[in-house]
Amino acid sequence: MFEHLDAWLHRPNFIVFVILFSWGLYIMVVHHNLVKKLIGMYLVQTSVIFYLVTLGVKSGATVPVLLSTTAPIRVEAYANPLPHVVTLTAIVVGVATLGVSLALVAAMYRKYGTLDEDEILKRLE
Amino acid sequence: MIFPVEIFLLLLLVITAGAAILVKDLISAVLILGSYSFFLAIVWAWFGAVDVAFVESVVGAGLATVFFLLTLFVTAPKDTRIHPPSPPWTALIGLPLLGLLLLYAASDLPKFGDPASPASVHVSPVYLENSMEDTLTPNVVTSILMDYRAFDTLIETVVIFTAGIACALLLRRNRT
Repeated sequence: MFEHLDAWLHRPNFIVFVILFSWGLYIMVVHHNLVKKLIGMYLVQTSVIFYLVTLGVKSGATVPVLLSTTAPIRVEAYANPLPHVVTLTAIVVGVATLGVSLALVAAMYRKYGTLDEDEILKRLE
Repeated sequence: MIFPVEIFLLLLLVITAGAAILVKDLISAVLILGSYSFFLAIVWAWFGAVDVAFVESVVGAGLATVFFLLTLFVTAPKDTRIHPPSPPWTALIGLPLLGLLLLYAASDLPKFGDPASPASVHVSPVYLENSMEDTLTPNVVTSILMDYRAFDTLIETVVIFTAGIACALLLRRNRT
């Protein structure tokens, strides 16, 4: 038990990731308002991206832009650039899917006149 | 190793995310979500991921907030339900269990900021070492995004194009 506590205290980013991920997923499942569900979806997306960026951190390293173009490169001096590239793509695609789902919500509001999930289900019957 | 500033920023992240979830007025929730994105961008700049911080502060804090606000202007900006029904017990039990399982796996992860973690030793040193002579770009993130993995970025633009078409089809007025 104590080694688990120690492992958590050395990884505060991971605890924040777990809180944001499970809270966002909970709101996506439970909340009745469609826009609140999308806020939960946005939290889940950004928490996973946050975790991926955390994996690329090296302590004492600077940003992945080369300081000198001629000197030999010390790999430990620069942060890992690969998670940054993957998460750049993921952020933009995440906002694109968010835009499509918001357009779906607007279309549903135009047809049913409410953002409440239970009301929409009632009117569908 | 862990600085107090970082703890402060992480606390701000959790507080703004919780406020965005708990606030009843949807426009306030969306604006708080924008500030959450901005704090996230600050945390990433602190981690050394400046390109990700730029993209998050422009696309996440700017564009996503604008999308949410545009949707709320054409729909109902209030959460009208005063007394929400009690959530199902599967969600109340299952999601904390998921969180506990994730926390149980925490001790297997590499230490925060470890230069020899598995993510940083296999292929990323190759990119760092060869980026200058291969692509003549000092910014390694740019050289991977636009040069080594250009097809990835091309397909990403295809995804955004598809999303734009889907939005235009969903939002057109005179539907036959």
